[in-house]
Amino acid sequence: MNGVHDMGGMTCFGPIVCEENEPIFHAPWERRVFAMAMLAMGQVDTLDAFRHAVERMDPLHYLSSTYYEHWLAALEALAVEKGILAEEELTTGVPTSASSSARTPLPPEAIPAIVQHGAPCSRETGRVVPRFKPGDHVVARNLNPSGHTRLPRYVRGKRGVIDRVHGTFVYPDTNAHGSGEQPQPLYSVRFAAAELWGPTAAGRDSLYIDLWEDYLENAE
Amino acid sequence: MSTEHDHSSHEAEPDPRLEKRLSPEQTQALEARVKAIESLLITKGLVSADTLKKLAETYEHDLGPMNGAKVVARAWVNPAYKQQLLTNATAAIGELGFGGLQGEHMVVVENTPQVHNIVVCTLCSCYPWPVLGLPPTWYKSAPYRSRTVIDPRSVLREFGVELADSVEVRVWDSSAEIRYMVLPERPPDTEHMGEEELAKLVTRDAMIGVARVKVNR
Repeated sequence: MNGVHDMGGMTCFGPIVCEENEPIFHAPWERRVFAMAMLAMGQVDTLDAFRHAVERMDPLHYLSSTYYEHWLAALEALAVEKGILAEEELTTGVPTSASSSARTPLPPEAIPAIVQHGAPCSRETGRVVPRFKPGDHVVARNLNPSGHTRLPRYVRGKRGVIDRVHGTFVYPDTNAHGSGEQPQPLYSVRFAAAELWGPTAAGRDSLYIDLWEDYLENAE
Repeated sequence: MSTEHDHSSHEAEPDPRLEKRLSPEQTQALEARVKAIESLLITKGLVSADTLKKLAETYEHDLGPMNGAKVVARAWVNPAYKQQLLTNATAAIGELGFGGLQGEHMVVVENTPQVHNIVVCTLCSCYPWPVLGLPPTWYKSAPYRSRTVIDPRSVLREFGVELADSVEVRVWDSSAEIRYMVLPERPPDTEHMGEEELAKLVTRDAMIGVARVKVNR
């Protein structure tokens, strides 16, 4: 989706503002949102769907809200869309229905294993034979899907070189929309700064970005 | 841990358009809304209060840049480890007991006198949690996310890092689930230091690529 979240290359946002010795969470609500989104998300939808829910925020709200407000918006949207929570429950805090199935929440003892193991996205199924190899010249396709993608606008149509083959990974463009993991090869692609940004770019500089095979085409 | 960043440019007025301080009323409204959702999720059996607490505590206290600093220090003193770190970072980092959520697929990139690496996520906030903890707000905010890819040298200048034209800057946009960490250059005059002492020098900012490692005086 061509949203305001896709901001690589914009230069209008002013200086980088750092808060010295910033706390991990600025307020209790941030801590709650972080923990809730992490725990509930796996039961509600995929990480890719969560990211897309953030992308679907009202653009003015997205740009003017704090980071964990993005997580809150995504959590609320997905919970309602998936029928976990009803819209009116969000505003009243009063359940209007019981949970549809008897659920036993994860106990605290389960957390260390979850944190340590993570949720790997590499797969041994799907398209496992890479089409490209390191050194191949490729061009990022000019794709402009209305749904979730991890191909930013600043790279589309630009020519790069395959630097590394990462292996086969879950494809977010389908996994965000309930269309399955559709694993396919993922590549690290190197682009010259001048190719991306034109003559003002520092001549020696480069950018590396991870792109799925469906984002790429052979360069002539 | 050193907080000796040269942030002289940051003392400039923050852009008021981006002022993201919530008012007390906004904060109060958020606290109420979030508490309501939490109690709903608990009532419906999706989460428990104890588990939420445990998860938050893990990321507030147990994980952080001290993990990545250990990885860097080991690489500085042990050439075989450094080689493994640069070719199979997930395994090398795993040897020190670090790994998992948002670090399942690690790549470590090395700074040298010829190459300076800097990591960003333009599309959201992807960051290597097991080695650096949760990212600072500036990393997740529009100015850094947008400008690092197009003008990394101006970003580095704001962080007090000046690079010669002869140095190649490599920007890494974390668009997939690969998570990147920078192996910063070891500062000079540290040959006498052991691994533990070296680890104390390594800052989070150096492992993102917006700072060099300095020896404290």
